[in-house]
Amino acid sequence: MLSVLVAALVYKSKVLTGIANSVSAIGLTIPSFALIGLLIAPLGFGVGPAVTVVVFFAALPILRNAVVGLSGVSPAVVESARGIGMSRLRTLLRVELPIAWPVILNGIRVSAQMVMGIAAIAAYSLGPGLGGFIFSGLSRLGGANSLESVVTGVVGVIVLALILDLLLVGFGRLTTSRGIRA
Amino acid sequence: MPESLTKTENNSSAHRVTGASILLEKVTKSYGSGKAAVDGLTMEIPAGKVVMLVGPSGCGKTTTLKMINRLIEPTEGRIVLNGEDVTTMDGDKLRRGIGYVIQAGGLFPHMSVAANIGLVPKMLGWDKKRIADRVDELLELVSLDPNAYRDRFPKELSGGQQQRVGVARALAADPPVLLMDEPFGAVDPITRQRLQDELINIQAELQKTIVCVTHDFDEAVKLGDWIAIFNEGAQLVQYDTPERILAEPANEFVENFIGSGAGLKQLTLTRVADVGLAEAITASPGDDPQAVLARITAAGHGHAVVLDARQRPLQWLSRRQLSRLKAIDSALDAKLPVVGSRATLNDALDTMLVSSAGAALVTGAREKFLGVIDVSTIMEAISAAHAAASEATEDAPVGLNTGAIAIAEGHRA
Repeated sequence: MLSVLVAALVYKSKVLTGIANSVSAIGLTIPSFALIGLLIAPLGFGVGPAVTVVVFFAALPILRNAVVGLSGVSPAVVESARGIGMSRLRTLLRVELPIAWPVILNGIRVSAQMVMGIAAIAAYSLGPGLGGFIFSGLSRLGGANSLESVVTGVVGVIVLALILDLLLVGFGRLTTSRGIRA
Repeated sequence: MPESLTKTENNSSAHRVTGASILLEKVTKSYGSGKAAVDGLTMEIPAGKVVMLVGPSGCGKTTTLKMINRLIEPTEGRIVLNGEDVTTMDGDKLRRGIGYVIQAGGLFPHMSVAANIGLVPKMLGWDKKRIADRVDELLELVSLDPNAYRDRFPKELSGGQQQRVGVARALAADPPVLLMDEPFGAVDPITRQRLQDELINIQAELQKTIVCVTHDFDEAVKLGDWIAIFNEGAQLVQYDTPERILAEPANEFVENFIGSGAGLKQLTLTRVADVGLAEAITASPGDDPQAVLARITAAGHGHAVVLDARQRPLQWLSRRQLSRLKAIDSALDAKLPVVGSRATLNDALDTMLVSSAGAALVTGAREKFLGVIDVSTIMEAISAAHAAASEATEDAPVGLNTGAIAIAEGHRA
C-alpha cells in the first residue's frame, strides 16, 4: 500500500523515478541481518525492529514494480482518459493502476517470498515467528533435537511461503481484468 | 454542460444539426521560450460541419485540436463553444461534453467494449439501464453486432474494430463536437477507406461538428466540408472547401501539399449518384438476341445490359456478341464493370480503365441497375466542378456567411 502510494507520487517525474529506483536497488543490497542488528540499538529487542525491517524490505520490490508498471501504461491510453474528461485522480485509480496491477502484483509476490526469509531472521531480535526454531536449533547444533528444530523452522517457512504465494496468485486472477491477462 | 448545446442558425439541410460552432479567438500556445507552436490563430468552425486540419508534421495542427478541449491549455486567447466562453471552465467537465478519438482508438485494455463506451455516460451519472441501451445503440451505429462485441476486450478486436469502438465511445454522451486526432492512421488502407465511408454515413445522420487532424490530404478531401491547411506555427495558409483548394490553391505551399494529380483528386469529390447517367437498352435472359440487336441498333447504342428478375445486371453484351448468340442465358459475367451509386467518380474511372469498356454499369440499393456512366460523363462533371469552383470564388462573401469561414491568419505577436 505504502509503496504503491509512493510510486503514484513519483512516476510522473523522471528524476523522482530515478531516485525511487536507486533507493529500492540499494535498499535491497543491505543485508537484512545487519539491518536488524543496527535497529536493535534504537528500537530495542522484540517486535519493533522485526516489523520495521520486514516492512522496509517488503516495500522495496513493490515500489520498484509499481513505478515500472505505472510508467509502462501507454501514453495514448492516459491521453484518451484525460480526453474524455477523467480527472487526474480518476485516471490514476480507474485506468493507470488497474493496467499496472499485474506488474505491481508480481512485486507483491516477490516481496512476500523475500519477507518470509527475512521474517525468520528477524527472530534474532527476539521478535515472534518460526525463526525462533531455526536460531535455537542452530545455537544448540549437535545437541538433542537441534537439527529437527532447524528443519522444522525451515520447512515451516517454506510451506508458509508457498501457501502465501498461492493465495496471491489466486488473488491476482480474481483482481486482474480479463482484458489485460497475458 | 455543452450537452445541451444543440442547434444552429443557417441550417438549410433537412437533417437536424446537432453540432455546435467553435470559435478560436487569437489563440496562442508557446512552450517556454522559442517559437510559438500556435501563434495568434483565429478560426471559426461552423456547426454541423467536418473541418479537416492538415499540414506537415510539427505544424501545430494537433496542438490546435487539443486546445479546443483544453487538453493543452492555450497560453493566450479565447475558445468559444456555441457562443459560450469555455476558456476558464473546468477542463474535465468541458471534455466530458466533447467527443475525443485518437489513433487506434485509445481504448482501455482492462475494460470490456461496453465499459469503454459507457465511461462518459457513467461519469455523467446515467443509470445502468440507460447506459446499456446507449452502448447497444452505438455499437449498431458503428456496424458492430452488440451481442457479439459488447463483452469483448480491446485485445480481442482488430484494429479497425477498435477504431470503431473508439468512435462509439466518443459519441456516447451525444456530444455536439467530435475531435479526432489522426483517427485512421493506424489501420490498413482498405479498412481505412471503409472507416472513412462509415464516418461519412454517421455524419450524414448525426450532423456533429467534427474537427479532424490528418496528414493525409486525400483523406481531408474525402471527409472535409472545409479544409484548413497549416504551415509551421499553425499559420493558416488556406481555409476553404476541398473543391476550391483543389481548383485554386492559395500559393505554392498549398500546391505542393496537394501534390500531383489535383485533377484526379477532384474526381473523389463527386459521387456517381451526383452526375447524369446514360440510359441503356436492357434485356432479360431468354430474350431473342436478334430482337435485342434490332432494339440497340434502333436506339443507336453499342451494347445491351442483361438484367435478372430483380433488376441486377448479369451481362453486358456488345452488338458483335449479340449477333453471334443463339440465346441470352442467365449466367453472371464475373468481369462485369459495376460501380455503386455511392462510389466516387475516381472509383468509377478506375473500374472503366480496368474493364477497358470505357464505361461502367451503375447499381443502386440492392444492386439494382440504374444506368451507365462513361468517360465523357466524367469529363463533363470535371469541367462543371471547375466552373462551380471559380464561380464560388467570385461569390466569396456569400461563402463567408453560409459557412462562416474564418478570416483566419496567424501573425506573430
